[in-house]
Amino acid sequence: MGELSPPPIRKLPLSGDGARVVETPEPNGVPAPGLVSAARRKAVPPSSLAIERMRVEELSIAYGRKLAVDSVSLPIRQGEVLALIGPSGCGKTTLLRSLNRLTELTPSAYMRGSITLDGEDTLALDPTALRRRVTMVFQQPNPFPMSVFDNVAYVLREQASRRPRKRDLRDSVRQALTRAGLYDEVAADLDHPALRLSGGQQQRLCIARALAVDPEVLLLDEPCSALDPQSTQVIEDLIVQLREEVAVVIVTHNLQQAHRIADNVGFMYLGQLVEYGRAEQVFGAPREQRTKDYVSGAFG
Amino acid sequence: MSQPAHLDAEPKRLLPDQRAEVALGALACAVLLFVALLIVFVFREAWPSFSHNGLAWFGSGGSVDRQIQAIFTSGDLKQESLYTFHAWPIVWGTLVITVGAVALSFVSALFVSVFIVEFAPNWMRRILEPVVRLLASVPSVIYGLVGVLVVVPFIAEHVITDGNRRSVAYIVSLSGYSLLAGVLILSVMIAPLMIAVFVDGLRVVPRGWLEGSLGLGINRWRTFWKIGVRAARPALVAGTVLATARALGETVMLAMVTGGVGFAPNPADGLIFFIEPTRPFAATILQTVEELSSPPMRDTIFAMAAVLLFSSALLSFAGWAAKQPMKRYGARG
Amino acid sequence: MKDSSASWRFSDRIGLAFAWFLGVLFLVVAGAIVVFMFVQGIRYIRPELFVTPPAAGFSESQTGGFLDPLLGTVIVAVLAMAMAFPIGVGVAVWLSEYGRPSALARATESTIEMLAGSPSIVFALFGTLLFASPALAFLSRTNDGVVYGRSFFAAAAMLSLIALPLIVANVREGLQAIPSHVREASYAVGKTKFATTRRVLLPAARPSLVTGAMLGVGRIIGDTAVIVVLLGATLRFNGVGGTPLLGTLRGTGSTLTTYVYSNAPTGESNQPTKAYAAAFVLMMMVLALNFAVDVAVRRQRRLGWGS
Repeated sequence: MGELSPPPIRKLPLSGDGARVVETPEPNGVPAPGLVSAARRKAVPPSSLAIERMRVEELSIAYGRKLAVDSVSLPIRQGEVLALIGPSGCGKTTLLRSLNRLTELTPSAYMRGSITLDGEDTLALDPTALRRRVTMVFQQPNPFPMSVFDNVAYVLREQASRRPRKRDLRDSVRQALTRAGLYDEVAADLDHPALRLSGGQQQRLCIARALAVDPEVLLLDEPCSALDPQSTQVIEDLIVQLREEVAVVIVTHNLQQAHRIADNVGFMYLGQLVEYGRAEQVFGAPREQRTKDYVSGAFG
Repeated sequence: MSQPAHLDAEPKRLLPDQRAEVALGALACAVLLFVALLIVFVFREAWPSFSHNGLAWFGSGGSVDRQIQAIFTSGDLKQESLYTFHAWPIVWGTLVITVGAVALSFVSALFVSVFIVEFAPNWMRRILEPVVRLLASVPSVIYGLVGVLVVVPFIAEHVITDGNRRSVAYIVSLSGYSLLAGVLILSVMIAPLMIAVFVDGLRVVPRGWLEGSLGLGINRWRTFWKIGVRAARPALVAGTVLATARALGETVMLAMVTGGVGFAPNPADGLIFFIEPTRPFAATILQTVEELSSPPMRDTIFAMAAVLLFSSALLSFAGWAAKQPMKRYGARG
Repeated sequence: MKDSSASWRFSDRIGLAFAWFLGVLFLVVAGAIVVFMFVQGIRYIRPELFVTPPAAGFSESQTGGFLDPLLGTVIVAVLAMAMAFPIGVGVAVWLSEYGRPSALARATESTIEMLAGSPSIVFALFGTLLFASPALAFLSRTNDGVVYGRSFFAAAAMLSLIALPLIVANVREGLQAIPSHVREASYAVGKTKFATTRRVLLPAARPSLVTGAMLGVGRIIGDTAVIVVLLGATLRFNGVGGTPLLGTLRGTGSTLTTYVYSNAPTGESNQPTKAYAAAFVLMMMVLALNFAVDVAVRRQRRLGWGS
């Protein structure tokens, strides 16, 4: 199951004459056994082992009387990017937000089924602690009205049980910014107001923030929809790089993007998980008719 | 302000509109002129008192009450008018009361506002908001009445001890009419003003920031305090300026409960500091206003009014200046 | 919110407890004030007080009621509003719809703000200067060639300065909330800006006009400082000259606020029972106004322009 080199980034046309089949190892449908103890992922060597981090079982979410997610089950693995695709209003954002219990911010939300993180039921965990292990980057970049440094440091300061030393903070901030691929651009002036960065930089700052706490799972809700193509590409490269270190779940309505960066794809329609599988299978040879229709652009 | 472009390009000016614009503009000018006149006249009447005393006007030296008496009688007797006036006890009293009330109010108002916007259960919010509005509209004379009939006797009986009275017996008498009564009631008066402005400011903090912080695993309390309150800093400044202006200008209530003596409470007295009487500027003016007929007295009173006017202008400016650096990091003005 | 506070750090929980404590304390203090005034007011209020003029005296039975002060409050409110409202609406319309040159507009805004932040006692003092001048002698009594300068006119004029910023702020907000397509529609059929304002915008902004006026009245009836200085501090109306209404307005009198002030233990008359009764009436007026403002604001939100 393991590879010696990172999986190639696929840039395939969807179908038709230009389609090429890339040599990839046999997809293994059986996920690796999850870690029993809550060992931090740093103990796991950075290989391209696909380790199951979270599991969603028969999850249904309703807002009041409206069913937003209907009996969805899928695994989320570190080492892989999971893309949730589907037309607007199909429930993919709701599903994403339920992974870190942000759905609870809406009073009328009601959930059934289970979500486990490293074997633990997320509902049994404290939501704040959960959200440090499963962090989120939103569609609209939302850097805080502070400097670049403070944006990242904020998260570190607020989570430490004791006031961290400035030196430690600086190292952690630099590390987070480097992981997000932003450090070189802002190193000159870390006190620069975050709101004055460009859109792409702001979003990478948000990713840096999300990484600063060393999460196990990174959730991205259409992170590039507000950005220009160059920034989008930078962030997509970043996401693929990051998947070795964190499990990545990305919601996107951009099929090409999903095709570019996803390892696994879940297609959702009207709250149901219509199809789930490896990216080349869902895009190349979808099993369901609805999937085929969506992927080929019959409806959007 | 909407200026439709096509009207500006109209070659034929519609007369009623032109007349209206000029008339309304003249109205605005008239208001400006009136206020300018007000400022000029107040300072003009105040000038003799300042010029006679120089900077010592604000200093200490002698009993303010006796000086007031002397000034007043000097006008009557048609002799060389006396202007000697060292207002330090009044300055000190005004400062302590204003700063004390604003500080007390600020802390309470901030917590109550955060509570109202984010943490209060719905039923509590529905009660608190009208109550805040109600408290803001109660006339100050009623606060004064409650103060005189409830707070002052309470202080006189339960807070002041005989030992306290004896220790300052030769300087001032402790009757319950005190700095403490003034500060407490003034805080209750200005807190609703602050709360109203703070709540408005907290409510418009973009949800994206709050959600972003929650999504990073920061709990609701810290999220709201570190991000929400920080983003609402301009509103905090605005509310504080508004409340301080009100505190400076509060006349009737303070005249009723602070004791009516031009005495500077002495911090060296320890805790007794709080139960000593005093009288801030506005209250002094109110209680000496019958003596306006005597020219030197009138000048002195106007001098006090000029100080008040100048302070409130300074306050607005300070508020504006405090908001400027906040714009750098993106806090909305 | 399922995010219970049990997991927070200890200092955070203390913070929340403190917020709760202050919220409750606030309610308790407010409730105590209102209940206290209510209870004492009910104890001492009697129908005769409403119709008997006050009189000088020593005991409760001798000092009469508060008819004159009550009327005085109403007179002063009406008169001051009559001055403040047109000016306030005019300035608000100018700022919102015209506002050229912009330097003048900014100066006007700052001035109105300045008025809002200044103590009313300063206005009162200026009033003594203004109304003591011979030019305005007709507005008050003249004793031996010295213009007295204290009358209902004088007091109302200075009180209008207190209400002015409130009216301007509210009307301006109301006008600015009207979306521009409404104005454009009116101009497009050839109406002048003035006609548009008069026929379309002001009627549409009526809730703000009402709110501004009511808030202004609230401030006016609650003020004591200006009245003490400029109304002459006579318990009863002391009219000047023969004309029925004008004579009273040129004369001196008192309002509920000065009545309470002088009947408080710190005042000259020192009749606490009367003070309670008058304070009760004043509170009721303020509460009624407050309630009316709440209703108006809620209606405005419901009928508003939405998004």
